[in-house]
Amino acid sequence: MSGARTLDVSALPPGAFGSRTLTFWGTLGIVVIEGTVFALAIGAYFYLVSRFPAWPPHGVAAPDLRWGTLNTIVLLASLVPNELARRAGEQVNLGKVRIWMVVCLVFALAFNAVRAFEFAHLNVMWDRDAYGSIVWLMLGLHTTHIITDFLDSTVLTVLMFTGPVEEHRFVDVEENAVYWYFVVLAWLPIYGVIYWAPRLL
Amino acid sequence: MIERRDRPIGEDLQQLEQTWADPQGLAGWFTHVDHKSIGRRYLVTAFAFFVMGGVLAALMRLQLSRPDNTILGPDLYNQIFTTHGTTMMFLFAVPVMQGLGIYFVPLMVGARGIAFPRLVAFSYWMLLFGGIFLYVSFLAGAGPDVGWFSYPPLAESLYTPSRRADVWAQLITFTEVASLAVAVSLITTALKLRAPGMTLNRIPIFVWAQVVTSFMVLFAMPAVMLASTSLILDRLVGTHFFDVEHAGDALLWQHLFWFFGHPEVYIIFIPGTGLVSTIVTAFSQRRMFGYLAAVLSLVSTAFMGFGLWVHHMFATGLPQLGESFFTAASIIIAIPTGTQIFCWIATLWSGRLMVKTPMLWILGFFAIFIAGGLTGVMLAAVPLNTQVHDTFFVVAHFHYVLIGGAVFPLFAAFYYWYPKITGRLLSERLGVWVFGLLFVGFNLTFFPMHILGLHGMPRRVYTYPAAMGWGALNLLASVGAIFMACAVAIFIIDSIRALAANRVAAPNPWNAGTLEWATSSPPPHSNFLHLPTVSGREPLWENPPEQPVVVGLRTDARDVLVTHVLDAEPDHRLLFPAPSIWPFLTAIAATVLFIWSIFTPWGVIYGAVPVFVTMVGWFWPKSAQEGGTRLWPLQRSLPRPNEAPAAGGAI
Repeated sequence: MSGARTLDVSALPPGAFGSRTLTFWGTLGIVVIEGTVFALAIGAYFYLVSRFPAWPPHGVAAPDLRWGTLNTIVLLASLVPNELARRAGEQVNLGKVRIWMVVCLVFALAFNAVRAFEFAHLNVMWDRDAYGSIVWLMLGLHTTHIITDFLDSTVLTVLMFTGPVEEHRFVDVEENAVYWYFVVLAWLPIYGVIYWAPRLL
Repeated sequence: MIERRDRPIGEDLQQLEQTWADPQGLAGWFTHVDHKSIGRRYLVTAFAFFVMGGVLAALMRLQLSRPDNTILGPDLYNQIFTTHGTTMMFLFAVPVMQGLGIYFVPLMVGARGIAFPRLVAFSYWMLLFGGIFLYVSFLAGAGPDVGWFSYPPLAESLYTPSRRADVWAQLITFTEVASLAVAVSLITTALKLRAPGMTLNRIPIFVWAQVVTSFMVLFAMPAVMLASTSLILDRLVGTHFFDVEHAGDALLWQHLFWFFGHPEVYIIFIPGTGLVSTIVTAFSQRRMFGYLAAVLSLVSTAFMGFGLWVHHMFATGLPQLGESFFTAASIIIAIPTGTQIFCWIATLWSGRLMVKTPMLWILGFFAIFIAGGLTGVMLAAVPLNTQVHDTFFVVAHFHYVLIGGAVFPLFAAFYYWYPKITGRLLSERLGVWVFGLLFVGFNLTFFPMHILGLHGMPRRVYTYPAAMGWGALNLLASVGAIFMACAVAIFIIDSIRALAANRVAAPNPWNAGTLEWATSSPPPHSNFLHLPTVSGREPLWENPPEQPVVVGLRTDARDVLVTHVLDAEPDHRLLFPAPSIWPFLTAIAATVLFIWSIFTPWGVIYGAVPVFVTMVGWFWPKSAQEGGTRLWPLQRSLPRPNEAPAAGGAI
């Protein structure tokens, strides 16, 4: 092979951001999978609606609007520090990454706490009827996402303080923020179905 | 930044091989991340499950071989047919195709490895533990007995108070976690790790088939996971998803299940068509006729595959408009498949056909799959569908489609790629015997089932009275099963014998054109000592002699070249992770959680703690042993977000 023509890639950068990275495509795959789960759960909700004459069945009161709406605001507001953390990651700026990831975690603590009140004000238990089951399933699915997102963001944040901080961790910070966007935006249709479908149907 | 220049390649190939080698020894075995190692395990494990599922099938044929037989009782028979179906769908068909993808997609796109190698290793352990869980349950008398689609209300606690339905539902979780992980890895590998020059229209059709299948997995598997989770919740904590008395609906299960279950057929069949295209091309010694039409057929089959699940539910009394829609959809999907068949015929017709063992299986595929496709078009019609619903006609149909559409191409692939994986050739003479026995045995077993079904013999009955007159055809079917068992036994013996024999395969024994044949057999740890670039769809046939090779990747770390999605221009380099025990430990923790949660909902809460701990261990930096990653705050080496992609000279 000696003397063969070559394509020298040694000068290429050892990493990248955004859709150029493998991590982005991996994250996108997870978003597609989990987005499909949410979409199917919403589909199941309306299938059950179509099979029963009154909704919610048996004269159950719709979930209280207060806590769900409050949490929607908190979740949307968390997108601001989330975006700032994402940009700090892209800038490979450790100081800013630390600040904005901690702010994100404070938001995550807040919306996880408010979520407990949401469960308490659904006005139905999961074992009452299928309406209760599907409402608890949808809220439970989303709660799993905000708990796991809180946990993995915590691990990443701790790592950014303790080190060793490898350069590719800044790509992780960026991708963590991309996933956070998904978790917040996926909430909007779930919120609409849980809180508004029983009122508008 | 990138230029083509003439210069000797002075890279340290010995160091390169050491870098990419996974550790030896028993302890090292649990840390492997090499896609070739994991791919081999997938293939061997899935084949072992194929044999176990086959043994169960043989037991059923033994029981049905004569009327009023008493070898198996109804309870055991129920467990056997459920475990057989569940094994073949979830532990054999999907994993074996994904195993081929894990092994061959990186080689066919000219990459040093698979994307997310630790995730792929994790997926293997999940598949293995799920399968062991099913068979331990079966041997303990707790094998699922509610059919491979586990319909409520039969699967609800009221009618199945034992744990059997939970075993089925949790097996789903194991296998779907595994196949989703593989799907994400294969898509990313095919989109981002292709050799420079491998633009979208030069991707081998087998890789296209794997990508299309993986996308189907992403959209289909969540449906069955949601369904099986809801079933477990109904059984464990008293929800009422499928309970009509509490505003639930049993048909909700069928919709969710078949929204997965019909695409599942194509998830098994599309990789099979990819194999057919690959082997037809190689054995015709010409480029695939109608490459674009064939790829678009795969994509359109995938889309349509999601639009006909309701034809599994024609007997449930749907609105007539719905029935008409799904009948039309079920017939239309024959068009892209027909397009592919015409492309293969044209390729064979205009090429220089070599008939060797792999090609025999492809010819067998044509005969059997087309027969299965014809009964599929028949079943799309509501009146016939209702008439033969739940009869042996349906059993005959889907075995013709699945064994014809997937198992025959799979055996073709075994014969075609065995020399690549092992460096040895299988016996041509025994190969003809294996093919002949399986082809004849298959048709003896399953063709009579069409007639039995038309005569009204229902599925899933453990016996039948002599007065029904079904004895002769059933005996014929059982004799066919003996032929099939002999074929598989000869194949196993030959494939073990060939490992020890010294019929060493030439590097490219079939003179094929795709990149997996551009490296030694078996491939070196780094896949390609000199990373290839390509300038055509069949690089080994079409690359000019001066086609450049890639240089400049590190040899002291697992450095890979990442390229652009559309045109495969070089973009950046990336360090791949080293071997690790954490995927194995995480799989153990997840297994504990899954099994624990069958018995109490607290299993999910407490079981999540070890899962979290092992995942943190997986994620946590391993400092020096990762092989020279750059620590902050060195001078920035990552590109700025708005910097133009670094790609320079086109190939």
